[in-house]
Amino acid sequence: MQTVLPYANLLLTGTLITLLVTIAALPIGIALGLLGAGAKLSGDPVAMAYGNVYTSVVRGIPEFLVILVFATGSQFAVNAVAESLGYTGHINVSPFVAGVVALGFMFGAYATEVFRGAIMAIPKGQIEAARAFGMGHWLTFRRVTLPQVWRLALPGLGNLYLVLMKDSALVSLIGLNDIMRVSGIAAQATKNTVLFYFVAALIYLALTVVSMRVQAPLEAWANKGLPRAVR
Amino acid sequence: MEPDALKIMTRIVKGVFYGLTALLIVVVLYILWTLNYDVIFRYFGRILGGTWLTIQLVTLSVFIGFFIALPVAIMRVSHIPWLRHPAYGFIFFFRGTPLLVQLFFIYYGLAQVDLVRHTFLWPVFRDAYWCALIAFALNTGGYSAEILRGAIQAVPKGEIEAARAIGMSLVTAYRRIILPRAFRLAIPAYGNEIIFMLKGTALASTITLYELTGIARLVNARTYQPVEAYLSAGVLYMVLTYIFLQAWQLFERRANRYLAAQG
Repeated sequence: MQTVLPYANLLLTGTLITLLVTIAALPIGIALGLLGAGAKLSGDPVAMAYGNVYTSVVRGIPEFLVILVFATGSQFAVNAVAESLGYTGHINVSPFVAGVVALGFMFGAYATEVFRGAIMAIPKGQIEAARAFGMGHWLTFRRVTLPQVWRLALPGLGNLYLVLMKDSALVSLIGLNDIMRVSGIAAQATKNTVLFYFVAALIYLALTVVSMRVQAPLEAWANKGLPRAVR
Repeated sequence: MEPDALKIMTRIVKGVFYGLTALLIVVVLYILWTLNYDVIFRYFGRILGGTWLTIQLVTLSVFIGFFIALPVAIMRVSHIPWLRHPAYGFIFFFRGTPLLVQLFFIYYGLAQVDLVRHTFLWPVFRDAYWCALIAFALNTGGYSAEILRGAIQAVPKGEIEAARAIGMSLVTAYRRIILPRAFRLAIPAYGNEIIFMLKGTALASTITLYELTGIARLVNARTYQPVEAYLSAGVLYMVLTYIFLQAWQLFERRANRYLAAQG
């Protein structure tokens, strides 16, 4: 305790960075997931090919490699574009942006499968009923499909969120001061590596427990339109 | 909106979408055409070596992890509290923390403990290879234990009761009925876990091991050709995943052969 206390502030900022990265990656991932699910269910061969390539590439390539590719690749691409436009200076892409986009990109691929399952689980009759009322494709999606997608997808998304939070530790390797990085700094300064990596592990466990606690009321909210027996 | 207008809109959107796709394919082909294949050929031997190290790490850690997971899973479903709780804690810890924390804890952390430094444990914890293997095996042990727990609990109650009714002890019932059934139920989820482990081994490059990702980083650092370096690693990972998935499906079909007769 005596050793940890002086570093409490540092560890707190690290925790905030981890949460910030995770929460910032979430909307990107959800948007990509909905887009991917839409592409896979669209019936259009080209769109389906995009969806399949996206999910199988992310499934087959290590998270760390994806982060490295985004960190190096964004740098490479931005400077190549700038150069072709006549700009001669060097542009630095912040590791925060690269890390968040990479994490969102990976989350999106797994979310694609979760959303696809959720959309397919909505009874066909409801879609037909909406269509029979004269709702268009888009209105049916917005009023009938989407509200139920949340309900069906939340358990799967909750699991993915926990995976995302743990994967966010990888951004420490491209230079962001998250939990992992600040515990490493504290560990080096105090020469007490065991203690500080253990503290890091405890913080991640605490974040996991809190996230699971948040998930339950969210699911209750998504299920509010249903009679109790179906829940 | 008029139905005709909607149809025209859809057609325009589709046209733009196909046009962009064609452009994307051209760009990808152009990149592949202009790649510096010299770099890949020059480092071909090292890339293959990295692939072999990746295969080694994943095979050994999954193998050892299985023998950690099996007792933990059985303890986890036990009714005896002092068996159940430690197993729960083990699973909770290794599933609830990032693999990177576990790896650094073992490699950077334990190496500084005097008890480790001055005993026979030192040659093991001094070596990045063994540290990676221990971290990966414990990690996949935690995840696999949870998979096996689910599978054990999914074995139909009637089959267990029948086994006990004809006089099998709990140990015999586990050996002859519950575990063979549970293993088959666990195969699909276990396959996913092995793929996650394959991807997890990329982290070994952070503790100085030159597996596939480590080699890609090395090639990038030496030649500053990130596209060539990361693309060849990515393709090899995809190939490994693909081969594994095919083999695993074959294995699953073979393991469930006895169900085929029932249709």
